[in-house]
Amino acid sequence: MKCNRLVDVGRRQFLRGGVLGAAGAAAATVMPAAQAQAQTARALVDYPSSKLANIADLKVNEPMDIGYPDADSPGILLKLGTAVEGGAGPDGDIVAFSVLCPHKGFYMSYHAADKTLNCPGHFSRFDCEKGGQQVWGHATQNLPQFALRVDDKGDIYAEGADELIYGRLSNVLQG
Amino acid sequence: MAYKRNIDRLPIIPAGATEHNVTCHYCIVGCGYKAYTWPLKTQGTTDSNWIGEDLSKQQGADTKAWYAPSMYNVVKQNGRDVHLVIKPDVACEVNSGLGSIRGARMAENRRSDILGTQQQRLTDPLVWRYGTWQPTSWDDALDLVARVTARVIDKDNEDDLYVSMFDHGGSAGGYENTWGTGKLYFQSMKVKHCRIHNRPAYNSEVHSSRDMGVDELNYNYADYEVTDTIFLVGTNPMECQTNLFLNHMVKGMQNGAKVVISDPRRTVTVDSCEQVAGAENVLHLAIKPGSDVALHNTLFTYIADQGWVDADFIAKSTFQGDVAVPADSAHPAALGSYEAARAACRMSLADGAAATGLTEAQIIQAAEWIAKPKEDGSRRKCVTGYEKGIIWGNDNYRAIGSLLNIALATGNVGREGGGCCRLGGHQEGYYRPSDAHVGRPAPYIDQLIIAGGGKVHHIWANDHYKTTLNAAEFKRVYNRRSNMVKEAMDARAGATREELVDAIVAAINAGGIFSVNVDIIHSQIGQAAHVILPAVESGEMNLTSMNGERRLRLTEKYMDPPGSARPDCLIAAGMAQALERVLREEGRNDYADQFKGFDWKTEEDAFMDGYHQANPEVTYDRLRAMGNNGVLEPVVGFADGKLVGTNRLYEDGVFTRHGREDGKALFCMGEWRGWQAPGKAQQQANHRFFINNGRANMNWQNWFLDQGNEFVMDRFPVPFIQINPEDMAELGIKPGDMVEVYNDVGATQALAYPEPTAKRNETFMVFGAPNGAQGNIVNAGVNELILPNYKATWANIRKISDATPASAAVSYKSWEVEL
Ligand code: SF4
Ligand code: FES
Repeated sequence: MKCNRLVDVGRRQFLRGGVLGAAGAAAATVMPAAQAQAQTARALVDYPSSKLANIADLKVNEPMDIGYPDADSPGILLKLGTAVEGGAGPDGDIVAFSVLCPHKGFYMSYHAADKTLNCPGHFSRFDCEKGGQQVWGHATQNLPQFALRVDDKGDIYAEGADELIYGRLSNVLQG
Repeated sequence: MAYKRNIDRLPIIPAGATEHNVTCHYCIVGCGYKAYTWPLKTQGTTDSNWIGEDLSKQQGADTKAWYAPSMYNVVKQNGRDVHLVIKPDVACEVNSGLGSIRGARMAENRRSDILGTQQQRLTDPLVWRYGTWQPTSWDDALDLVARVTARVIDKDNEDDLYVSMFDHGGSAGGYENTWGTGKLYFQSMKVKHCRIHNRPAYNSEVHSSRDMGVDELNYNYADYEVTDTIFLVGTNPMECQTNLFLNHMVKGMQNGAKVVISDPRRTVTVDSCEQVAGAENVLHLAIKPGSDVALHNTLFTYIADQGWVDADFIAKSTFQGDVAVPADSAHPAALGSYEAARAACRMSLADGAAATGLTEAQIIQAAEWIAKPKEDGSRRKCVTGYEKGIIWGNDNYRAIGSLLNIALATGNVGREGGGCCRLGGHQEGYYRPSDAHVGRPAPYIDQLIIAGGGKVHHIWANDHYKTTLNAAEFKRVYNRRSNMVKEAMDARAGATREELVDAIVAAINAGGIFSVNVDIIHSQIGQAAHVILPAVESGEMNLTSMNGERRLRLTEKYMDPPGSARPDCLIAAGMAQALERVLREEGRNDYADQFKGFDWKTEEDAFMDGYHQANPEVTYDRLRAMGNNGVLEPVVGFADGKLVGTNRLYEDGVFTRHGREDGKALFCMGEWRGWQAPGKAQQQANHRFFINNGRANMNWQNWFLDQGNEFVMDRFPVPFIQINPEDMAELGIKPGDMVEVYNDVGATQALAYPEPTAKRNETFMVFGAPNGAQGNIVNAGVNELILPNYKATWANIRKISDATPASAAVSYKSWEVEL
């Protein structure tokens, strides 16, 4: 129980430092920041299409750390085990979320028993089976969920987000 | 799927954007925010922006350099469209940069013609004409109000004019608007048939505290940070006073404070305290509903018997003798000395345990945490916070008085780390002429209206339909009486103003009621109105208010009101001027003269005419300079360019709220007497479920803006009722099913939410919802001073239907965090 709080402190520190890697969250990150930032002025944000994993890499109800749209935006990729609205893949049960709490950006941990993401900052929680709906908390938005595409090889690509990710005023960093 | 805004990026606040001080008006805490506005066709960049940060990079937790889509909007300012960002102020001592699920939606909850938010806001006066409401000018609407009102009032008798008016700060209240309405109804007139926004009479929610000499807001929030024990009674601050909890109570716990929580329900607050302080430092007293007086009297008795009292304080600062104020119709308990109260309140551990359902050991442990001197013999500091659980619970006067007894006996009022305070709902901002003519007990307005009382009804930001007790009957009667007037008006379509007024007066003399509704939206009771006048909120006007530690701030106007909407103070002024003109026309010059003195052009004029008169140091300019940290009232001076306030009341040990010249606090001599209000015991005996009720984190008050906020309505499409899962199974109810909650006085609806920590047969329903008013099933029982007892409600529950698609889509998981 306490361990998630400690993990949080560590993760917060590295996020503040802007260096990714210490907590292993970057393992599946594939999007070079430079490409993500190569924006031309268009009405919509262009999201990178990033391969996150192959279905074969996923174990039911065990989240995999990802970074999307770039390495500095930590998230999880998760095979829930039961189909959900908005779930991807042949079983309709694969989802991906940002794990930065939209309240104040603390790094959330996954609670497998009820498939929620939980925030050590001020105790908000989000339901991974309901599109990241805030079950209870202080955030004024539900959790950013990443749009997924699964190709016929079983490769899983992230291709968009449906809410603003904490800590950035453009989901795809610009500048 | 959960509601998503699909906003991928936001305009960046440019360097040089205009910055305004904002006090969040969505609860008593009054967190500091900054509103930034800038011209529509300009923007900051990632390297040149308001905060001088490199925004091409991911920002870390707790950053100042981020805002959520809910903090953004496009609004009108001096007639031009501007970008608006309202974000928490890190420099404000109240919240240190924290927002909440309510306050951080302030920007999104403004009316925007560009982004389409809050289109429900009223823009123009409306009058009932041609069978529906028609937009019209202020002159026309106010003329009709004045002509009808003038027909039912006279110099010596204004009893047929009923007034429901907010008495709070924040929101649309504030010192400007309570003064505007107060001057009209309590100075120009002496209206006695009036009530307050959330209760059916014009009275204090904390009469006993004031009668004992103690103002109910006597500490400052930092007292929570330096105390030994936090004692919370009938209050759920993690949800209802969020940043008081997160920014002050949490710090207290981190500094080692223990927490005692008296609440029949395991609230999110209990869980959060356990998360922060460790379960071993949190004592949840899950008392039987309504047994607060028994708990407090048992604690008081035990603490006194142990000698854990502050004898010096009792001797110097409290009344010596026997009875100071006998019990009578205005005082539901006698007040007197410490010893007299000890004798009157005496309750053994065994009796206390039996009445509250607690064990004796739990009561002893609570007493030790509250009052037992530390090992080195030094006194223990304890701060007490209470709210609607006892204010709107059983035996209001004695429940609060018996709690304050403990704080007084232990010397915990007026001391660092102490205080005995209500936590509050809205902010405060009350400045009105005396209300003494109303009397005590005050008239029970809602029951009088049900009985046919009142001919003209002026309503200022009250929605009885959602937030009164006995609401089902009230609505039936009010619809019928107001419809009589609508039918009379319809029958005279095309008539002259004079003929129309005659027709209205005939209808009200036949039992109808003419209803004037001042509000920011077309409310539910507004559906019965004949004239609707659009008001504004804080930010659309300059507005002063104080929070739960008496912190006074000025919210600066940062946007235009919707359409021709006006501040309430200026609406009141318009009404007064219209009444003066009509009365003069009618040759009632003496009476007309009473309505002079409203030639205000701005809200600042109203402030200077009212609050400033009693507090000559305080002006808008000086408050502006004090920023989001403001000044703690009472303001006692002005020095070095700053207003000088009062950090804590009663530090000198002199108690004044009761007006006694000796400056001595009184103790409450109220013994435990079971259910006080009529009908409660019978209702309990005849229904299975206790329907506890109150607010939830997400929903501000009666959801008046939230009902137009997709993020909120997506989470709870209808109000929830939390039920123990085994009770649900027994009744064949699944999560999300629509249930009817019904009893001897009415019925309402809710969606069933399983709550494993709920006790069997004890439910909790969210209060004040637009589509399932909990007040429908609250009986008319009040205390001796007409304080409603919403909490003590019992009913049966039956399934109406399976979950609607909206209800089926939401999460029914536990609210308790899992770390
Ligand atoms: S805690 Fe209250 S005052 Fe503070 S942001 Fe939330 S609603 Fe506003
Ligand atoms: S940062 Fe997650 S609840 Fe505050």
